[in-house]
Amino acid sequence: MPSFTEPVPLIEARDLCYTYPDDDPSDDVPAVKNVSLKVYAGEHVALLGHNGSGKSTLAKLLSQILVPQSGDLLIDGKSCRDLGENELFDLRKNIGMVFQNPDNQLVATVVEEDIAFGPENLGIPSEEIRRRVDEALDAVGMREYARTSPHMLSGGQKQRIAVAGILAMMPRCIVFDEATAMLDPSGRDEVMETACRLNRERGITIINITHHMAEAVRADRVYVMHEGSMILSGTPREVFAHIATLRDVALEAPAETELLYSLNRLGGAFPLPVLDADLCADLIAQKYRETRKNG
Amino acid sequence: MLKDVTLGQYFPGESPLHRADPRTKVVLSLCYIIALFCVKSALGMLLCALTLVCFHAASRIPLRTVLSGVKPILFILAFTFLINLFWTRGETLLFSWKFIRIYREGIVTALMMAVRILLLVTGSGIFLTYTTSPIMLTDAIEQLLSPLKKIKVPVHDFSMMMTIALRFIPTLIEETDRIMDAQKARGASFSTGGLIRRAKALIPILIPLFVCAFKRADDLAVAMECRCYRGGEGRTRMTRLRFSPADYLMMLSGVLLIAAVILLNHLPVGIAL
Repeated sequence: MPSFTEPVPLIEARDLCYTYPDDDPSDDVPAVKNVSLKVYAGEHVALLGHNGSGKSTLAKLLSQILVPQSGDLLIDGKSCRDLGENELFDLRKNIGMVFQNPDNQLVATVVEEDIAFGPENLGIPSEEIRRRVDEALDAVGMREYARTSPHMLSGGQKQRIAVAGILAMMPRCIVFDEATAMLDPSGRDEVMETACRLNRERGITIINITHHMAEAVRADRVYVMHEGSMILSGTPREVFAHIATLRDVALEAPAETELLYSLNRLGGAFPLPVLDADLCADLIAQKYRETRKNG
Repeated sequence: MLKDVTLGQYFPGESPLHRADPRTKVVLSLCYIIALFCVKSALGMLLCALTLVCFHAASRIPLRTVLSGVKPILFILAFTFLINLFWTRGETLLFSWKFIRIYREGIVTALMMAVRILLLVTGSGIFLTYTTSPIMLTDAIEQLLSPLKKIKVPVHDFSMMMTIALRFIPTLIEETDRIMDAQKARGASFSTGGLIRRAKALIPILIPLFVCAFKRADDLAVAMECRCYRGGEGRTRMTRLRFSPADYLMMLSGVLLIAAVILLNHLPVGIAL
């Protein structure tokens, strides 16, 4: 029973399990096992994990592309089990998804036609679609590319178009499924800036699945997955304090924390974690002055 | 190297023909093709040619572009001309040498046939491919065929497939280039050896290309599902096609052309065949 003080989460997963169907069911390893999480409206959540940790499968479960074999998914406190085709359709439009490969998610030969694809599927009147497309183009700063062909754009621009395509459907939550993994650093910044701005200015919930620690630091909350299970969760500060656990699952803490962690092993005694480059520099400078003063 | 391939041969522009509704242009080309096949008189053919010249002027496509479209069919053109020239039998023998006989009727038929093919190829270019973007064309075809939905023909699915195919042509060409480079880096050669050897050299390109294409198709299907795609039912469109008065005029001119051509066939003027 949710109490009156606690708001209902936008997305709540309860003990989700999923195993990919295989020819030989005896040696199946579940891709996601007993994962529970809560995402509240307006939050920015990062989901970390190494390759094959089940984080992409979890994303597909959250957006109802895959149906869990056991456990339950609640959207706005409403269970998604045993829903008909139409109810699933209604739920799916609340959660948009941006995928890894920018080429494989654009449908049309013209940018604005592609952005219109989602709202067209929802059966929205033409004038309203036009308005939403223009607004979505402005939101990702791609207005001047409205009539361009997607294959003329850079990777970061294509991902921004993909974001705009989701935005035009007016979802409450956008899942970025390693959306920056195939981009160069500048493309990565473009996409992350767009995501953070949408979260900040429009209150759209962001779930960012990534293995770039610098992206995870910007989230309100961080979840870490390993071999299908959720092993850590909390604010970035809380999660990155478990630096040894992270190393066990072949993840690294953000560069600043890693640096101070290494220095600590040489007797640095820095407080961990530190997630800000300036703070990290200040701490080291301070330490340096102290050591010099003490001779 | 493969990037030079221009597909669809669309030339963006703002001419009246570019701005016309794509459905109008499909109907107009159909009328034009019907007229060309009905025509039996030289005067009728002249009328068809004049119509094309008028529309060409309205399309503002450079003449050189139109003529370069004729190049690939020059052989067929010459072949048809000669076949008709030598094999048509008639009444007025003009020239005879050994087994070769050329009749007056032969010359006329050969000329008519050659002009007909020439007008057909340049016409379909001007009415459709040069002035209509591929996506507009698929839209127009979907709308024109929409009555077939009543007898359960999946018109929407076909046009969606066309759109996706057009969207992925440049992507797949890029990918082919990349795979070719990768195989070249491993010492593959695509331009030496006999025909069989060259054909065999294509296998290491085609297999990765197919594997990637299937992977792409899979990804795209998931992405489309995520964007709530569930077929044509209950779907709306952002750009609704609308006929303007000019569109009706153009379609009327197409119908008039057919009528005029049939009328001229039955008039005793010109060279009736």
